[in-house]
Amino acid sequence: MDWAYLFEISLTGIAGGGLYALAALAFVMVYKATRVVNIAIGEMLMAGAYLFFTFASMFALPLWLAIPAAVLGAGLLGAVIERTMIRPLLGEPPISVFMVTVGLASVLVGLVEMIWTADQRRLPDFMPTKPIMIGDAFLAPKVFWGAMIAVVFIAAVLLVFRFWRGGVALRATASDQAAAYSVGINVPRVFSLAWVASGMLAAISGIIVGSIGGISSSMGVFGLSVLVVVIVGGLDSVLGALIGGLLIGLIEALAGAYLGGEYKLLATFIVLVAVLLVRPYGLFGTHEIERL
Amino acid sequence: METTSSPLLQVDGVTLAFGGVKALTGVGFDVRPGSITAVIGPNGAGKTSLFNTISGFYKPASGAIRFKGEDITHVPAPQRARMGLGRSFQNIALFRGMTVLDNIKLGRHAHLKTNVLDALFYIGRARREEAALRRDVEERIIDFLEIDHIRHAPVSALSYGLQKRVEMARALAMQPQILMLDEPVAGMNREETEDMARFILDVREEWGVTVLMVEHDMGMVMDLSDHVVVLNFGQVIAQGTPAQVQADPEVIRAYLGAGDVGDLRAKLQRAA
Repeated sequence: MDWAYLFEISLTGIAGGGLYALAALAFVMVYKATRVVNIAIGEMLMAGAYLFFTFASMFALPLWLAIPAAVLGAGLLGAVIERTMIRPLLGEPPISVFMVTVGLASVLVGLVEMIWTADQRRLPDFMPTKPIMIGDAFLAPKVFWGAMIAVVFIAAVLLVFRFWRGGVALRATASDQAAAYSVGINVPRVFSLAWVASGMLAAISGIIVGSIGGISSSMGVFGLSVLVVVIVGGLDSVLGALIGGLLIGLIEALAGAYLGGEYKLLATFIVLVAVLLVRPYGLFGTHEIERL
Repeated sequence: METTSSPLLQVDGVTLAFGGVKALTGVGFDVRPGSITAVIGPNGAGKTSLFNTISGFYKPASGAIRFKGEDITHVPAPQRARMGLGRSFQNIALFRGMTVLDNIKLGRHAHLKTNVLDALFYIGRARREEAALRRDVEERIIDFLEIDHIRHAPVSALSYGLQKRVEMARALAMQPQILMLDEPVAGMNREETEDMARFILDVREEWGVTVLMVEHDMGMVMDLSDHVVVLNFGQVIAQGTPAQVQADPEVIRAYLGAGDVGDLRAKLQRAA
């Protein structure tokens, strides 16, 4: 057994897991506040990445402008999705809303192919390219810096939602909507807020994922792994999203290195099944999640 | 009615329908400032629907809700809460997983004016507001409702009676002008009921808060209320002082079913 190799692979996996965690956070935020299972999370990621591509490559904006513009644009997209597709379904059975997000995924893919075609594109490089060495282990610089960015944003989100009253309102709404109304929390606005925040986080993950592997209209499949992460972690658990992200990242990397790339998804889905057998609500999920 | 002061809350000809089913038909009554007003009626009479209409969860098909003379029929629920309509729920709506103190603090949510940066760095207005909030909440409400010993307990671990009390504390933390209590003593034992009755009276006496409650416990309603509104099948069938309502044959019939009115009246009076 080559321990150095194992160490290197594990590092890469954990770094990649940081990205899953960030994207999973975007999913959990919407689920927690609105109980909507957003299947289109991967496609929202993609939309954010394409917005960045548009601003940075097509409009040739400087990076410090292109990134915030893409993130704000994605937040706006989140708001529009919430207002036009999700809000009108308030009070409908969860399965209807779920199906709408399935449709949303197709719509987003279609829009991307119409506007930017289905060709694979490269995002401009903005991360340092100096190789990262941790001990003797080599880590691809993009993966390392991507993980660092993810960590920073995860920390920021956790802080904001711990201390800002909008975050408190979100947690209160997640806990009991009627009670939230009764203490003067504007619940529909919390819903909007959750979607906006989710769109922005998805865009950040999308930009990082796109910078590592390029962007295309099929990059939404990243969302498949994100769904595995949130189901393993527990749909409504922030902690679950973080730990699930790292776990799935690690498992994918190990399976990819020792079994071959085609076993990555197989390995993660086996983990998914195993976790659900033992803990049907995920590792940290609340025990009252409705079935779809 | 004999009082001269203008009503704090006016329910005026409110009709509420779910599809073809009328939950409320032309319901009208006034809540006088400083009064304890009770809404009673058999199960399914529309009491909770009425409460939900007043706090803004349901929009009436016709009629108006007026608060301090202002028509609030189309004001959204959270804003009504901020205007001074505090309430508790029949099936306890607490933020589970949070502590008693967190729940009470959320009652102050509507009054906080901090933005993200303040909150992050915990400076200036945020700190002052937080300090004022702490004092207000801890000194007054927690002492008042005698829940000091459980302030750091998660609400889901508390008994039903205590949860009801925490819900009341949260509503009080909003500094409401009118406190709406949906079955404040339902499912409580005798001792808990007596405690709650005392709290309701004290809320009015010490805090000057007007109380509007829905309650099944006849004894309590008759003891506490200044004004009683009786609902049956979504309509007001009687209102007045407890004595007037108790003597109303229509009420007795609605409440206790058909039978000898004299006999039932005696029963009702004994219960009260």
